[in-house]
Amino acid sequence: MSQAPENLLYTKEHEWVRMEGTTAYIGITDFAQSELGDIVFVELPDVGSSVQAGETFGTVESVKTVSDLYAPVSGKVVKINSELADTPEKVNEQPYEGGWMIAVEIESDHPEGLLSAKEYQSLIAE
Amino acid sequence: MLKRTPLYDLYAQFGAKTIDFGGWEMPVQFRGILAEHEAVRTKVGLFDVSHMGEFEVSGPHAYHFLQNIVTNDVGRLEISQALYSPMCYEDGGTVDDVLIYRLEEEKYLVVVNAGNIEKDEAWFLSHDHGAVIVNRSQETAQLALQGPNSVSVLQKLTDQPVADIPYYHSRQNVDVAGIPCLVSRTGYTGEDGFELYLDAGAAPKLFLALMAAGEQEGILACGLGARDTLRLEARLPLYGHELSPEISPLEAGLGTFVKLQKAEFYGREALLQQKEQGVTRKLVGFELKDRGIARASHEVLAAGKKVGMVTSGTMSPTLHKSIGLALVEKEYGELGSDLFIDIRGKLSEAKVVKTPFYKRAK
Repeated sequence: MSQAPENLLYTKEHEWVRMEGTTAYIGITDFAQSELGDIVFVELPDVGSSVQAGETFGTVESVKTVSDLYAPVSGKVVKINSELADTPEKVNEQPYEGGWMIAVEIESDHPEGLLSAKEYQSLIAE
Repeated sequence: MLKRTPLYDLYAQFGAKTIDFGGWEMPVQFRGILAEHEAVRTKVGLFDVSHMGEFEVSGPHAYHFLQNIVTNDVGRLEISQALYSPMCYEDGGTVDDVLIYRLEEEKYLVVVNAGNIEKDEAWFLSHDHGAVIVNRSQETAQLALQGPNSVSVLQKLTDQPVADIPYYHSRQNVDVAGIPCLVSRTGYTGEDGFELYLDAGAAPKLFLALMAAGEQEGILACGLGARDTLRLEARLPLYGHELSPEISPLEAGLGTFVKLQKAEFYGREALLQQKEQGVTRKLVGFELKDRGIARASHEVLAAGKKVGMVTSGTMSPTLHKSIGLALVEKEYGELGSDLFIDIRGKLSEAKVVKTPFYKRAK
């Protein structure tokens, strides 16, 4: 059973969002990393670039496949997890902590159109 | 409905994720591709390859049939020996690549790729030269035990010595865990190991016995994902990628297995012509300098134009490099040449390197 912490928000495309004030930390879920298998590359946008909710902001590549990353929110990228360049396996090992990908500054501290942990759990249970 | 091997019911207990592989519901991984890959390179791994097809070829015309249908020389095959060979159409394109075992004076076993079983059967039967050809794929299971600890694991389950079976030789009716097996010193990983052929009904018992026997040696159940990274590092061709109806064995760099001095075989004229005139395309190994993975069917560019395509690519777990094979116009395939690979619209720099990417220390 894949984990989906209560305090996070989720997308149907298996990204998670953790809000710290108006900064949204973004990564992929435990379910997503497990489906992808061993991750070998993570391609992230540059700090300062803009991402648009629902559009791709990067790619994650495992031994077996490559998958687009979809932004859960719109805003400006203020931080990226540069450690993933050398240790992409962190996404497998700690999808909700050390495997975070980007931080985006957004207009509100309450992004809309995202799923709760419970809603996401029922989605992946299907 | 996807086809399943006799081992399907065991997958879940070893944590398998399954995929559709040419119409078969097969495990792509158990523990994880990287862990499984490393187990085979340093310890031992066990693969279910029961999806592969097996044909029994016998009778006074068996030899003549095989000599005509494959490009390698079956005449050199002694009883218990195995032979790898491409099998070609008249135009030199590849029908399949197969393994042939000589079991008796006039009896052979031909092992074919899972996705080609029906196609090969039709090809065999329409070119049978009077040989008796029986499809044994359904009732035959195949397990591959691969890695440096393969000998010690297998030896625990049989009284017959297995260490002295030479490479590309086999022993018939070897009692392994009480199950009669054809034990072959072959594999598709670039490591030492065995392929075991047995009655489908006994396969779950043998799989469990091998997993238990190999526990101390660090055995892992392995899926098709690791099988692919292992074979690619060893530059072993995969049908549908490095070989196809559009790719001849000479283009794929398999000239050693094409014996043009044989009087007659399907594809001989076309292959002879390719050999004499020189092939226009060749299969080369490359390393990607940029990040990312070049995958099958990505375009290869050089001098500003398309010069070929990637046939296979992966992140090499052993070398920690992004590697691949590409079929390119010959003049762009020299060692050290720079190539560009179109990875989803982005040109990534690659360099032609020597293959195999990985060779085990003897």
